Amino acid sequence: MDVFFSTFLTGANQGLLWAVLAIGVYISYRILDFADLTVEGSFASGGATAGIIMSLSKDFVATGAAAGMFMSVISILCAIVVGGLAGLVTGLLNTKLKIAPILAGILTMTGLYSVNLMIMGIGTGGAKNNIALGPIGTLFTKIGDVMPIPKNYIILIIGILTAAIVIAILYWFFGTEVGSAMRATGNNEKMAKAQGINTQNSKILGLVVSNALVALSGALVAHQQSNASVTMGVGAIVIGLAAIIIGESIISAKFPFWARLASIVIGSLIYRIIISYIYLAGVDSEYVKLLTAIMVVVALAIPLIKEKVGPIIKKKREAKNKNSNTPSDSEPPADNETNENTLADNAEETNVKSAKEV
Amino acid sequence: MLELKGIHKTFNIGTVNEKKALNDLNLKVEEGDFITVIGGNGAGKSTMLNIIAGVFLPEEGDIVIDGVNVTRLAEHKRASMIGRVFQDPMIGTAANMNIEENLALANRRGKIRGLGWGVKKGERELFREKLKMLDLNLEDRMTTKVGLLSGGQRQALTLLMATLIKPKVLLLDEHTAALDPKTASKVLSLTEEITSEQNITTIMITHNMKDAIRYGNRLIMMNNGSIIYDVKGEEKKNLTVKDLLLKFEQSSDGEFANDRMLLT
Ligand SMILES: Nc1ncnc2c1ncn2[C@@H]1O[C@H](COP(=O)(O)OP(=O)(O)OP(=O)(O)O)[C@@H](O)[C@H]1O
Ligand SMILES: [Mg+2]
Repeated sequence: MDVFFSTFLTGANQGLLWAVLAIGVYISYRILDFADLTVEGSFASGGATAGIIMSLSKDFVATGAAAGMFMSVISILCAIVVGGLAGLVTGLLNTKLKIAPILAGILTMTGLYSVNLMIMGIGTGGAKNNIALGPIGTLFTKIGDVMPIPKNYIILIIGILTAAIVIAILYWFFGTEVGSAMRATGNNEKMAKAQGINTQNSKILGLVVSNALVALSGALVAHQQSNASVTMGVGAIVIGLAAIIIGESIISAKFPFWARLASIVIGSLIYRIIISYIYLAGVDSEYVKLLTAIMVVVALAIPLIKEKVGPIIKKKREAKNKNSNTPSDSEPPADNETNENTLADNAEETNVKSAKEV
Repeated sequence: MLELKGIHKTFNIGTVNEKKALNDLNLKVEEGDFITVIGGNGAGKSTMLNIIAGVFLPEEGDIVIDGVNVTRLAEHKRASMIGRVFQDPMIGTAANMNIEENLALANRRGKIRGLGWGVKKGERELFREKLKMLDLNLEDRMTTKVGLLSGGQRQALTLLMATLIKPKVLLLDEHTAALDPKTASKVLSLTEEITSEQNITTIMITHNMKDAIRYGNRLIMMNNGSIIYDVKGEEKKNLTVKDLLLKFEQSSDGEFANDRMLLT
C-alpha cells in the first residue's frame, strides 16, 4: 500500500472513532449551550475502563475470538456507563450546587484524573498512568481473527456503523418529548421553565448522554491503539470543537438534524485526515495541538469578523448601487400605512432581512 | 382564584445593594378578572409577577392559586397553572426551534414528558387552527424557525403558547412594550380576544395608562412594593388618564415627574 493512501486510511480511522466524541461535545456545547470540560477526563475514563476490563479478563476468559469479542463489547458498555456517571457529576455540580458550567467541568475533569489512575491500577494495588489492552486482544483484532480483512478496514466499518447508530438514536431521541425539552432548555432556559420543563433534569441528562458518548469514543480509541493512558483525553474538547466547526462550515442551518450530526462525522474525518498528512510531513505531534487550537480560534472568530467587516462591505455595495441609480430599493413601500395586517408586514421584512444575512 | 398574602421580597439581602421590592403586598384576584397594573419604574410590578410564577421565592407571605398554596413550589412545577408573556419578545419562544415544536412544548405544559414524539401528528391540526385565529398566516409556516419571525409575531405566538392549555392565571409583563404602536395594538386586541373567549384570569402590566383604563375590569397601581390604588367596575371605566396622574402625584409627592409614565 502506498504511504499516501495508508495515511489517508489512518486519518479516516481516527476521524471516525473521534467523531463520536465530537457528537458528544455537540450535545453539550451546541444543544445545551454548556461548555463542558468534563470531556477531557471522561474520554480517558472510557479508555481506562475499556482497558482495565480487557487487561483483567486475560485471567478468566479464554483467548478465543468469541470470548474476546464478547469481552470487548462488555468493556465498551462499561466505558459508556462510567462516562455517563462523569457527566452526572458535572450535571449535579452545576444544577444542584450552582457551580458555573466551566468550573463544574474542570472540577470533574480534575477529579477524574485520579479516578482514571485508580481504574487503570485495579488489580495491581496502585495507580497506573497507562495500560495495554492485553493478551486477549481488542475488538478490532478479534474481528480480524474471524474476518480476513485488514485492521484498517475493520476499524473503518465499525467506525461507520457506530457513527450511524449513534446518529440514528440521537435523531430519534431529540424528536421525543424529553429530547425537545432538552433542546428548549439549551436554546432558551427561561422559556423552557415557563413551559414547565425541569431544566435541571434536562441539563443533567444531556451531560450524561454527552459524556457517555465521549467515553464510548475513548473506549474505541483505546481498542484501536491497544492502549489507554491518563493523558489520552488532553485537548479532546478542542478536537471535538474543530470537528463540529468544520462540519458546520459544509452545511447550512436549513439541513435536517441528522444531517447536522452527520456533518460532524465528516468534519472529524476531514480534520483527522489533514492531521495525518501533517504528521506524514514530519511535524511533531506536540505542534499539532497548537495548530488545532489556532484553527478553532480562527473558526470561532469568523462570525465576529463577518459582523465587523460585513457592514463595511455592505456600505460599499450600497454606494455602488446608488451610483447605478436604483432608488426604489431603499425607499419604504408607499402603501405601508394603509396595510391592515401590520404583523404579516413585519414578517416579510424580517424574512428579507434574514435572507440577506445568510 | 389567586391570592397574595403579605408578600415581602427583598433583593441582595445584607449587601449594600439591598432593595425591598415587595412590601406587604396583598392581592385577591377573582376568577375571570382582567387586572391591569400600573406603577413607576421599580415599583415592583415585574417582581410581583415573578413571585407568582415562582422565579423568586418571597421571604414572607403566601401565594395561593385556586386553593393550592404554591409558595414553595418550583417554577417549572407551577407552570401548569400559569401562562406568561414577557416584555422581551425573545424570551417567550425558543428561536432555534420551529413554530410547531414551540407549540408542542406549550401543549405539554404541566404534563409529564416521555419518549413519545415531541410533535404528534394529531396536534398539527390543532396548531394550524389556533394559528389561523392569529390571522398572521403563520399556519402556513409551521416548520419555520421562530427566530425568523418578527417581534410582533413572536409575541402573538407566545400569547398563543401561554393560553394553548388554559392557564389558571395569565401573566403579561408589558408584553407590547417592545413593539411598534400598530403591532402593539394588534397584539393587545388579540390578548383581549383570547382572554375573553376562554374567560382567562389575567394580570397585565402596562406603562400605557390609556390601555390600562381601556382593558380589563380592574386596575391596580403600585408604588414602593405595594398596591396603593385598586379600582374596579364602573369606577374603573370612568377613570381618565388625568385621574391616574393625579393619583401618582399624591402617592409619590411628584417623584414620578421624570417617569416615562407621564410620557404615554
Ligand atoms: N433580580 C433582581 N435582583 C436585584 N434587584 C432586583 C431584581 N429584580 C428587581 N429588582 C429590584 O427590585 C425593584 C422592583 O423591580 P421591578 O422589576 O419589579 O420593577 P417594575 O415595577 O417592574 O419596574 P419597570 O416598570 O421598570 O419594569 C427595583 O428596584 C429593581 O431594581
Ligand atoms: Mg418591570
